[in-house]
Amino acid sequence: MRKLLLLSLVIIVGIAFISRLYYLQVYESKTYNPLEDTAIRKEFTYPKRGYVYDRNGELLVANQPSYDVMVIPREVEPLDTLEFCSLLKITKQDFIKTYNKAKNYSPRLPYVFLSNLSKDDYAVLQEKMRKYDGFYIQKRSIRTYRKTIGANVLGDIGEVNQTIINNDAYYGKGDLIGKQGVEKTYEKTLRGIKGIKFIQKDRFNREIGPFEGGANDTIAQPGKDITITIDSKLQEYGELLMTNKRGGIIAIEPSSGEILAMVSGPTYNPNLLVGRDRSKNFSKLYNDSLSQPLFDRGLQAMYPPGSPFKTINALIGLQEGVVDTNDTFRCSMGFNYGNRKMGCHAHRSPANMNLGIYESCNAYFANVYLKIMNKYDSSAKSMDVWSNHVRSFGLGNYLGNDLSVGQPGKIPTSNTYNRAHGQGKWYPTFTISNAIGQGEVLATPIQLANMAATIGNRGYYYTPHIIKEIENDTIPSKYTTPNYTTIDKQHFEPVVQGMFDVYNKGTAKYVKVPGIEICGKTGTAENFAIIDSVKTQLTDHSIFVAFAPKDNPKIAIAVFIENGYFGSRFAGKMASLMIEKYLKNEISRTDLENFVLKHSLEHEYQKPYSGAPFKINRETTLEIIPEEEFEALKYLKAKIDGK
Amino acid sequence: MIRENQKRYRFDWIIIIVYLLLVGFGYLNIMSASHTGEITNYFDMNQSYGKQLVFIGLSIVLIVLILSFEAKFYERFSSIIYIVAILSLLGLFIFGKDINGARSWYGIGSMTIQPSEFAKFATALAVAKHISDIQTNLKTIKDQLKAVALIFLPALLILLQNDAGSTLVYGAFFFVFYREGLQQIYVLIGFSLIFLAVLALKFGITITVLSTAIIIFGLYFLKRKKRTSLLQPIAILLIATVFAYGVKLFYNHGLKPHQQNRISLWLRLEKDPAKLELMKKREAYNLIQSEEAISSGGFAGKGFMQGIRTTGKFVPEQDTDYIFSTVGEEWGFLGSSFVVILFIILIVRILYLSEQQKSQFSRVYGYGVASILFVHFTINIGMVMGLIPTVGIPLPFFSYGGSGLWSFTILLFIFIKLDSNKINEW
Repeated sequence: MRKLLLLSLVIIVGIAFISRLYYLQVYESKTYNPLEDTAIRKEFTYPKRGYVYDRNGELLVANQPSYDVMVIPREVEPLDTLEFCSLLKITKQDFIKTYNKAKNYSPRLPYVFLSNLSKDDYAVLQEKMRKYDGFYIQKRSIRTYRKTIGANVLGDIGEVNQTIINNDAYYGKGDLIGKQGVEKTYEKTLRGIKGIKFIQKDRFNREIGPFEGGANDTIAQPGKDITITIDSKLQEYGELLMTNKRGGIIAIEPSSGEILAMVSGPTYNPNLLVGRDRSKNFSKLYNDSLSQPLFDRGLQAMYPPGSPFKTINALIGLQEGVVDTNDTFRCSMGFNYGNRKMGCHAHRSPANMNLGIYESCNAYFANVYLKIMNKYDSSAKSMDVWSNHVRSFGLGNYLGNDLSVGQPGKIPTSNTYNRAHGQGKWYPTFTISNAIGQGEVLATPIQLANMAATIGNRGYYYTPHIIKEIENDTIPSKYTTPNYTTIDKQHFEPVVQGMFDVYNKGTAKYVKVPGIEICGKTGTAENFAIIDSVKTQLTDHSIFVAFAPKDNPKIAIAVFIENGYFGSRFAGKMASLMIEKYLKNEISRTDLENFVLKHSLEHEYQKPYSGAPFKINRETTLEIIPEEEFEALKYLKAKIDGK
Repeated sequence: MIRENQKRYRFDWIIIIVYLLLVGFGYLNIMSASHTGEITNYFDMNQSYGKQLVFIGLSIVLIVLILSFEAKFYERFSSIIYIVAILSLLGLFIFGKDINGARSWYGIGSMTIQPSEFAKFATALAVAKHISDIQTNLKTIKDQLKAVALIFLPALLILLQNDAGSTLVYGAFFFVFYREGLQQIYVLIGFSLIFLAVLALKFGITITVLSTAIIIFGLYFLKRKKRTSLLQPIAILLIATVFAYGVKLFYNHGLKPHQQNRISLWLRLEKDPAKLELMKKREAYNLIQSEEAISSGGFAGKGFMQGIRTTGKFVPEQDTDYIFSTVGEEWGFLGSSFVVILFIILIVRILYLSEQQKSQFSRVYGYGVASILFVHFTINIGMVMGLIPTVGIPLPFFSYGGSGLWSFTILLFIFIKLDSNKINEW
């Protein structure tokens, strides 16, 4: 018995130890990952971020160096603080405060003493740097925008937030990521892949050598350059025209779906979101809730499309066989249904399709729409057939493009009305506003531009996209396969002719451009704001869609000017100018250009906030900008032309 | 002389092989734990691994020396060896050198010698001598006291030098006493007291006394026949209560703060998160790093000299007391289990051989060797893995240090010599 006590204790301890070892090393141990090991320092080498060029090879976005002053407190020797502070342009209090912060962080580790030094300060400092032991300059790369255009297109980069870090293992604290625009959608292409170096450290955080001889280290892969479809001259011109106005311009090349220009007004200088003042400037833009410069009106603003939408109804009418191009309808300054009336303006009557389109006759399209809606036994069935046709133009849903923001717009179906009125309890007249692009129909400017491109192509479109080329790579095939509409090709010709006549003798005859066959359609959309909880009508939105030339169009465009009143007042002029600029690269209709540049709509936008009663539409007057401002704009115009 | 030549010696090769494996493997791990950068010179005297190689070389000389002495020498000279050891411990108070707050070293040039290490085998010899004396009967109080005095003397001197860890090792001899006739009741009392102490610290005095009362009276009333008076259990309970109070009092006032913290950590007494966070950086730092190092080794380990925490020197004292964490990190579950199994084989083998000795001196000595190794092994590895509170004692044959290696080598090889002589005894 006595012999057994120690023996059994030895065995018990042995078993206990091996179990504990098993628990620690096998049961509890996870697969080893040097990234998570606190004993290993991960040093990242950041690759060059890819450049962005426009369709003509012009460099739009590049990188510039930025300099941070770093400090390792333990290595700091007594220094002439006064001189040092004056070099850095900081006060001695700042110096002491930051230095103590660095020391508290760690005496042995580098700390950012001052970030984003300007190039000039750097030049002066660099020569004296050797005098300051423990301080050194670290170079970083930040973005630089070569032209001050396309802030909404190009976007910006900023530091990742915690949510991104949690969701994507690639990013770590302090990494930069595309926040908006192309920088965001092509983040993975542009950023490249950062290199990682595993460095073993000791318990004082000192480096003692590469981990496993550097076997796990990777080299940074530089980001790829991209070429975007934007024509920077056209974009610049569009932004110039948009000065003092709010709205969006989208220009698309119909034969490829490439976005030529994507203007949103008001806009801002993209260089505001670079460097030390980024967060300050961003908050300022973000908090501007009146003009909302960060809101991309070309992509995100859903407006009732108005008259341009009539072309779709004409096409559906032809496709469904409920109307012939020669069928005429009477218009007595409007369309009467029940005891209500949809107004129209004075023009010849009765109207056939051609006249209906170029005079934008509401009564004509109300009749066509009702014929479509009455074709099938039930309104619901007809509505869904109609809705399906409309959707085949890329309306009512996301386009599935490569832009960082977007909106689906809205195209009603029978469900929309079933929900509102109850099944079987609504009739085509309930939805009559859809005939003229009001009512339950909403679209974004890019959807309308795409619609114009589709008509110009006589029945198909390429998904609008912004990427033209990726260095050593191909662009996704969805941008090179056409999407066909449900309308047969032969039905397009009369509609195209109608749109052509809009310019010839219709609502846009005053914005004609000599030598270019433009097909277009004006639009005017009623809109409302809620002022002191009263629904108040504001001046109509000025809308215009167009494509040119008539055959094999090179450009399709949609222009939306908030509160610009009737379609050809602003939008039509701007569309003509953009088309001429793109096709001819010079402006013959300088009268149109001067009109657009000279007039501001800012006073119109102030009205709802003024607190005073105000007038709209016909009773508004135009505001003319001061002469010197106009001169400045003219000067900018001359610069765009390279004169 | 002729007779002498006719003697045959049979050394126990199992023990020798295990010894060589432990020392060799230990050396590799010391190399890992102490190297900085490339190793260019294996005999670099500024590095632990360089010195350890010399210590190992000298150990071989010691072994040859020990084995060449006549076996009877150790029995005859045990008293003198013991006295020399005690004197060397006493001498520390005058000539000693302070390292890490303990006055346990003699400094000779750049070398240091720790006499408390050597006192272990001296005490083992003295205890064996005393117990194997034909007149000694461990059942008598007088001889028991004598035996306790033999271990108490060096233990006290070492404790006075501020080396509480090494003092604990002398408790190992109670296994020897028990084997040689100490009454069972002492063992029972011993374990009960340890249990009581832990209970009192962890759950407080009220719960301790209550549960003790339930056990004692429960046992009393279960014992139907021969029921003695109630006085006995009441007395026991009283003693237990006083003891529990004593432990609590000693913990609060008798222990140094760092010792308190180690126990508090082990029993998870601290509940305040702020203080816990602070402890993690101080008292618990070593333990956390060591456990993390072991854990990170996984099943097969990271490989020789590949331990990140080892080469990063994350575990303080990693070449000495915390050497086992290096094994854990670099050799994984396989390597660490291997070391544990080696120790188990060694101790069990010594116990087995001890029981086979014809001379009582050899048997008692062998038991002493096994007990000392067992206590060192249990406390050291238990501590490194966080199973018992931190006590700074080395892992035999493994930890860096000349005194330790030599004293364990002497301890072990005297036994091998004694054992090899058993066929000549009758």
